[in-house]
Amino acid sequence: MSLVVENLTIDHGAIRAISNVSFKVAEGQLAAIIGANGAGKTTLLRTLSGLKESVSGTASWNGESILEKKPEDLARSGIMHVSDGKSVIAELSVKENLALTGLWRKDKKDVAAATAEVVELFPILGQRMAQTAGSLSGGERQMLAIGRSLIARPKLLLLDEPSLGLAPLIVEQIFQAIKDLVKRLNLTVVLVEQNAMGALKIANEGIVLSLGSVVAVDSAQTLLNDPAVRTAYLGY
Amino acid sequence: MIQQFALLIWGIEMSEFITAVLISLSSGAIYALMSIALVLVWRSTRVINFAQAGQAVLTTYIGYDIVQKTGSYWIALAGAVISGAIIGAVIDRFFMRPIFKRVNSGPIVMIAPVAATLGLLGIIQALIGFKWGLTNQSIEAPVSTNGIKVLGSVIAFSKFNLLVLVFVSIAVLLLTLLFQRTNIGLALRASAYSPEIARLSGIKVDTVRTLGWAIAGASGGLAGMLYIPGAFLYPNAMDLLLVFGFIAAVIGGLESLFGAVAGAMVLAFAINFATTYISPKLFFPTAFIVLVLVLLVRPAGLFAAKMSRRA
Repeated sequence: MSLVVENLTIDHGAIRAISNVSFKVAEGQLAAIIGANGAGKTTLLRTLSGLKESVSGTASWNGESILEKKPEDLARSGIMHVSDGKSVIAELSVKENLALTGLWRKDKKDVAAATAEVVELFPILGQRMAQTAGSLSGGERQMLAIGRSLIARPKLLLLDEPSLGLAPLIVEQIFQAIKDLVKRLNLTVVLVEQNAMGALKIANEGIVLSLGSVVAVDSAQTLLNDPAVRTAYLGY
Repeated sequence: MIQQFALLIWGIEMSEFITAVLISLSSGAIYALMSIALVLVWRSTRVINFAQAGQAVLTTYIGYDIVQKTGSYWIALAGAVISGAIIGAVIDRFFMRPIFKRVNSGPIVMIAPVAATLGLLGIIQALIGFKWGLTNQSIEAPVSTNGIKVLGSVIAFSKFNLLVLVFVSIAVLLLTLLFQRTNIGLALRASAYSPEIARLSGIKVDTVRTLGWAIAGASGGLAGMLYIPGAFLYPNAMDLLLVFGFIAAVIGGLESLFGAVAGAMVLAFAINFATTYISPKLFFPTAFIVLVLVLLVRPAGLFAAKMSRRA
């Protein structure tokens, strides 16, 4: 199983957001897509999860095209997108937010087991079950968003800026959790991040986007040590 | 002598007051059903469904036909509610969904769907005119519409008014349970609050939305069958109810069942107390004065701050 993106081109309104982007992520790998604000990272993820239409090119998961499919169908087939802005429904309780990805699953026993695993992974969620998601801190919301996606037992996780607006200590905690999940569940993860260094540190490979095009693809380690990438995208 | 006279006056005033309260409750109950129908569609699609007046009058004509055939108000009531649900679902699936798909950019996005519901309202009312004619019809109430006795005097509140109150209370209770306690309710709320997150969680938001229209249509169907025994049935019979339901929904903040019901009650009490204690001429003006006052003082609705977005 792998995610294969070839020559993908996407418009955002009248602007070309992504042009001719190609990359591959093998099963069980964590790929970090890094780049400055406006590089097209979010647009790319939204297209991969079915929220946005592409102009041309292909994208497939496990050999099957994922373009032109509805987000809810992709979600049900194991492709989970955790969108940016701490994607939780503020008006619903933590418990209800977690229940969303289990509503349509037939195996209710496994939904219960998956929920228990999420609470074990993020114990704070267990204490906040009855609270509304709107009352959570930024870090807790991110945990809830990731936790919710896990209850669907995803194979491919698309994470959009999980570090956005979080304190450094919380970011580290979230990144560590993501890294552990990849290993433990054999998840394939595409992690879109502005926090390039943090993302590359936990990733297997890195894809550098600039103004809608791929400017570098390499192992995360190599990119971290590449002076050109460091000055241009890591800022040190 | 003077004491007896005072007691008599007091009795009259009390019965007037009790009548105003009871009539407010039963008319508020019907406004509430229409208000709920509008809120359910608004919060999931951001459209004020003006066609709801047409849908409700259509289902009431269906109820009227059933009464003519079977002679049973109760079968007609069930038929109106069920056909209301079906008509609501069909309108969303085959009329609104294509419009949303086709209209997706530019300033027209805001107005096209609402304009479409207005067009649909006209079409439904015209078709009803063709099928059933324009003359007034009536549906007989299943229980007495004569005033009941309170404190020795007959007041303008009937057994049928009481039945309306009981039926609407049950309907609101069932809807609250549906929204708060069931998986379907959770899907309905999630799809209304954040269609994108609901979708990304694997919820078929389009289907859920159609279900929302069906529930709204059923609520309108119930409203028609509870309203018409007290008024004539003709193609525009529900127009006033639509306006009052809309005002109630706006007063209530447009987002919650609680707001819809509370807004309807505020409106009904204001109208009935103004007409009872100031002047019967205030029936229409009161509704609009209340609307304008609420918009000026609390534009988000009287119950928006705390109760918003709860089912």
